[in-house]
Amino acid sequence: MFGWEFPPHIAGGLGTACEGIVKGLAHNGVETLFVMPNASGDEDQSATTIINASDVPVANVSNTVDEFLGKVKFLSVDSNIVPYVDPEEYFEAIEKMKREQVNQTTVGFGQKFKFSGKYGANLLEEVSRYAQVGGTIAMQYADRFDVIHAHDWLTYLAGIAAKELTGKPLVVHVHATSYDRGSEDMIDTRVLAIETRGMMAADRVVTVSDLTRNIVINRYGIDPAKVVTVHNAVDFSGRENIEVEKGVKEKVVTFLGRITFQKGPEYFIEAAAKVLKRTKNVRFVMAGSGDMMNRAIRQVARLGISDRFHFTGFLRGMDVQKMFALSDVYIMPSVSEPFGISPLEAMRTGVPSIISKQSGAAEVLKYALKVDFWDVDALADDIYALITYPALASFAEKEGYDEVNNLKWNNATAKLKKVYESLI
Amino acid sequence: MKKSICLYFQVHQPTRLRQYRFFDIGKDSHYYDDYANRTILKRVVEKCYLPMNEALLEAIKKHKGKFRVAFSISGSALEQFDRYTPEVIDSFRELVETGCVELLCETYNHSLSSLVSESEFKFQVEKHKEAIKEHFGVTPKAFRNTELIYSDGIGAMVYKLGFKTMLTEGARHIMGWRSPDYVYSDDICDKLNLLLRNYTLSDDIAFRFDNKGWSEWPLTTEKYAGWLNAADGEIVNLFMDYETFGEHRSADSGIIDFMKYLPDAVLADGSMEFATPSEVVKKHKSVGGLSVPEPISWADEERDTSAWLGNELQQDAFNKLYGLREKLSLLDDAALWEDFGHLSESDHLYYMCTKFFADGEVHKYFNPYDTPFEAFINYMNVLSDYIIRVNEAIAVKP
Repeated sequence: MFGWEFPPHIAGGLGTACEGIVKGLAHNGVETLFVMPNASGDEDQSATTIINASDVPVANVSNTVDEFLGKVKFLSVDSNIVPYVDPEEYFEAIEKMKREQVNQTTVGFGQKFKFSGKYGANLLEEVSRYAQVGGTIAMQYADRFDVIHAHDWLTYLAGIAAKELTGKPLVVHVHATSYDRGSEDMIDTRVLAIETRGMMAADRVVTVSDLTRNIVINRYGIDPAKVVTVHNAVDFSGRENIEVEKGVKEKVVTFLGRITFQKGPEYFIEAAAKVLKRTKNVRFVMAGSGDMMNRAIRQVARLGISDRFHFTGFLRGMDVQKMFALSDVYIMPSVSEPFGISPLEAMRTGVPSIISKQSGAAEVLKYALKVDFWDVDALADDIYALITYPALASFAEKEGYDEVNNLKWNNATAKLKKVYESLI
Repeated sequence: MKKSICLYFQVHQPTRLRQYRFFDIGKDSHYYDDYANRTILKRVVEKCYLPMNEALLEAIKKHKGKFRVAFSISGSALEQFDRYTPEVIDSFRELVETGCVELLCETYNHSLSSLVSESEFKFQVEKHKEAIKEHFGVTPKAFRNTELIYSDGIGAMVYKLGFKTMLTEGARHIMGWRSPDYVYSDDICDKLNLLLRNYTLSDDIAFRFDNKGWSEWPLTTEKYAGWLNAADGEIVNLFMDYETFGEHRSADSGIIDFMKYLPDAVLADGSMEFATPSEVVKKHKSVGGLSVPEPISWADEERDTSAWLGNELQQDAFNKLYGLREKLSLLDDAALWEDFGHLSESDHLYYMCTKFFADGEVHKYFNPYDTPFEAFINYMNVLSDYIIRVNEAIAVKP
């Protein structure tokens, strides 16, 4: 299994999902080898064996290296790409990388690459190096695995290299696509090319929702017969709900996530203004940061609601839990969301959620309220109802809590196991 | 008649807000960054207030009453001196006791209340007047509004409060062909004398003094006295921030010494004299009225209020604060009144300015926040807590 990150050192949701998957697979009797660019050594290896690509020298069989260069097109591009990362994390990663000065290494015999494993300036370069190391690892461990599983475009090239060198079947797992990350005209064509190549080369494409499955079929032109949806789950084991004293009397309605086009922040603000016209018993919070943050602040000021609409900036660690604990309603108005794990977190904390129909989570959550992202009147109605009618809120709270606790990786990975079995 | 040179220095320190998060709303009502306020004040005291006061005192003594200056010291600054550096109060007192220093009146919290609330404006002016009396034993007679903001309407309020002299900017779009180097009067209420800042000569010191790319650099006292002499009016009003000396422009540039020895050059040939604002209007008659329907100020190229109220963030924050003033007037809670004053400081709005070009450099220098948006968020979080407190106080009122 090729991943990019694994808890505890994660920047986005990908690492958390990977952990859930390997644990669930272990429960279902599937053993995994988890390859990642830069392991720290403190990862939980109870369910998987972690192979750190930074420790593995490139194979010194000469014709193989040549094959590498032929098969895996070497990319050397200076580019700043941020797949999932929040801006703060991104800048931190860049700054850290500048400090550490990741050494430029060229392909050689018996040489190790030092991966940052982050989402930094030389991401595309790392992706292609990772492919070469991945191929080497696949050959070394060829007798220990039956299926190759690659998570998101960052690892697709590694998956392709492994497949070509070992002849074993390849599963690519689509957690997000380029079409979710930016508006149509802002898509990075280099990433798109890698995605397409990975999906084409794969024997099966696993998507995190039917929404994403449709994108894979319609936008990437992949044969529907080989695209399978396995909805995400969430692992709440060992999670204690924290108690927070609330400072404000009013109901708190929260948006938590990157403030970017994809997440639909402006619809949240418009709905907030509409609700505030009807009741004063409410405050709105936009937690997070992103390239649309300043625009959002302007919009709030222009609507004259800034005494009731608060920004927290980027939240870290316990502050995220704290924010959920302070909330009465959670909103995810995403324009396009492959899955969207945050409403599950909210519901697990006992916060009723309103999510857009344009999210993968909407396919599995029966007890979340659902609206079209653009329908701010419907969103405002639902917010008003949840903060005004206690019966509705407590129903959504109780049922939602039970519902998300039943979304187990054990069930999701049983489906994944069937996918594997169909290939061997 | 001798030409009068009128020097006035503004002394102000904002009450900077601490990082106040959403999580603090309703829980913690201490809003101020005491550490930053103390350390910044101590730095400015050491680099500017004390050495400059000493230099001026020396010059006053040397010229036996012929060197005269005016100060306006905001209430917010007085509070910080009282709390952290009382020796500065003593030092100003010593200057006042020479009889060569006039203290002006302003809004206690360096606020923009004149633009929106006559009752708050009046309250802050009276409060400042009392604070000056209490600290220095003198009652101010001349008025300078925050950032020299002035309009016909503001002039009328100021006159009603008993002032006969007011300082403002010699803004080009108001002056047209006229020179700022005469006494003018308020268009509507002609008993209010107006002194207008000569921005060219003032900024030669305040902004250009240490600029080595300036064709006139280095500026000597003789050269500058020559320019004052060449100005063709009856007076020259040189108004600037006191922090110019040693803080905005470092003492290494020679700016403190420049001011210390400027009187020698100005008084050398007997054609010029120093006079404080109230003395100027006794010596020189108004040459005519000025019509200023829209507020002017001494800030930026525009010389208007756009540095504080130019964008929607600033306007919303401003309206939300003053929207509370009526409720506050029903309350007799000293802490709430004090916080209102601190939140009304114009500096908080200045930090939210998005005019990044041209004047952006100046704004950046004075700004503790990385972006105007951060400034806005922090201010609104504080204000949200404050609004809760006001509403709660109203609710329990008998």
